[in-house]
Amino acid sequence: MIDDLYQETILDHSKRPRNHHPMDDANRRAEGYNPLCGDKLKLYLKLEGDIVRDASFEGAGCAISTASASLMTESLKGKTREEALKLLDKFHELLTTDTPASHDLGKLVVFCGVRDYPARVKCATLAWHTLKSALTNGDETVTTE
Amino acid sequence: MSALSSVIWRGFDVEKVREDFPVLRQTIHGKPLVYLDNAATAQKPFAVIDAIRKFHEVDCANIHRGVHELSQRSTAAYEETRVKAKRFLNARSKSEVVFVRGTTEGINLVASTWGRKNIKEGDEIIISALEHHSNIVPWQMLCEEKNAKLRVIPMNDRGELIIEEYEKLLSPRTRVLAVGHISNALGTINPIREMIEMAHRAGALTLIDGAQAAPHVKIDVQALDADFYTFSGHKVFGPTGIGILYGKKKLLEAMPPYQGGGDMIRTVTFEKTTFNELPYKFEAGTPNIAGGIGLGAALDYVNKLGLDQISAYEHELLVYGTKALSEIPGLRIIGTAREKAAVISFVMEGIHPHDIGTVLDQQGIAVRTGHHCAQPVMDWFHVPATTRASFAFYNTIAEIDALVTGLHKVQEVFGG
Repeated sequence: MIDDLYQETILDHSKRPRNHHPMDDANRRAEGYNPLCGDKLKLYLKLEGDIVRDASFEGAGCAISTASASLMTESLKGKTREEALKLLDKFHELLTTDTPASHDLGKLVVFCGVRDYPARVKCATLAWHTLKSALTNGDETVTTE
Repeated sequence: MSALSSVIWRGFDVEKVREDFPVLRQTIHGKPLVYLDNAATAQKPFAVIDAIRKFHEVDCANIHRGVHELSQRSTAAYEETRVKAKRFLNARSKSEVVFVRGTTEGINLVASTWGRKNIKEGDEIIISALEHHSNIVPWQMLCEEKNAKLRVIPMNDRGELIIEEYEKLLSPRTRVLAVGHISNALGTINPIREMIEMAHRAGALTLIDGAQAAPHVKIDVQALDADFYTFSGHKVFGPTGIGILYGKKKLLEAMPPYQGGGDMIRTVTFEKTTFNELPYKFEAGTPNIAGGIGLGAALDYVNKLGLDQISAYEHELLVYGTKALSEIPGLRIIGTAREKAAVISFVMEGIHPHDIGTVLDQQGIAVRTGHHCAQPVMDWFHVPATTRASFAFYNTIAEIDALVTGLHKVQEVFGG
């Protein structure tokens, strides 16, 4: 059912995205692009040592990609780089496999419905692809392709 | 619209036509399928499915070289499609009709044979702002290789090409005009007859991308005086992987072959190969025989319904759909050309096309969302993507009503 995909939390975050602004003092930036739908996203991170102190994003996309970026930036704050990358793996697992959702995902489990819509998985992962780029490569544009 | 609410519209019995398309008889997520993605690919009637099945069940053999019965039957059936395509396009001769994989290959064939032989540094190729990527990229690649220049005819707010601007682009440097007959993203019908005449006056050749036109309007390459015209089988109710490239005989004769291999040769020695006559010179390798035979059945089917009748019925769908969609608050139609095929591209305030597409799909409604392989068109209208409903003659007024109901549901989910 459509409500399983567009759960209340997802609709809320797509209409009122959190951390949706540029960040002047960010020390990590990356851009993500989904050539299938034209969605573009800019991610800003403020890293102190190994810890993500702040995260924000800019860009407009579909409800799934906007909510994903919003919830991702919320869940990153205070995590170490290693924890963030681990979360990325778990999120990807949630979207692409049938394994039960990991407890570490917290609110991110609302995206579990996406696995039934394979055409939409890339919408949900755009922000996370961008995160990986920001944490591992520094400034550059990644695509979901 | 009362005339259309009745089942039979001016002798066009849409319910009866629908019986010819088995795919339409299904439910998707518990709702009757409403297929409105015809500009991407059209559904196939039994006539096409049966022709392909008969080929594989009864006649299957390679063509053009066997002396045995099956090979002769296959050859005859495949070549019969060439004759049907000649009639469909009103070409002068079947030697002007080349089988290709589809429109994309048709364009690439011309760009890489005629183009590579004739385009020189400083030459100009004109395309339009409405083009599908397939009619941009092959010319871009050619221009890069030859140091030639790609010029683009701009469009206006309605999504119509600005003919005065086109006039200004034409010059003695212009070698080719490559333009779509009908825009896939917006449905605009371009005044190609006039545009071809203008190109010829400037001494340029013309290639028409007919992918979106073949299923909807009558094509007459002689009346148009097009030098090349190409279309895909799958958009005209035939199978994928087969299409037609028409070219004027004297041009095709002077062009080098496209690919080397079997069927395109007359004699081969290790010193020298002589090429086959037209159109086989451009048809290397065993072709998509089943596809060719299926395409023949599709062209027969379309001819039986009559393209004039099809155009008139689809126009009624367009008028009804445009009015019905315009009444939805927050919905904006992208592409409002005065001459338009039955395509409605639109955006909805605050709702991304991918979300619209997913919610509609849950109601059994298939539309296309995205940039429709026409990113420059999206850029011009400052939208990343649109939702596109594209109609065929088997669509109904009731299906447009279902789309409207579906879009209200979309607003329910994402509104507020």
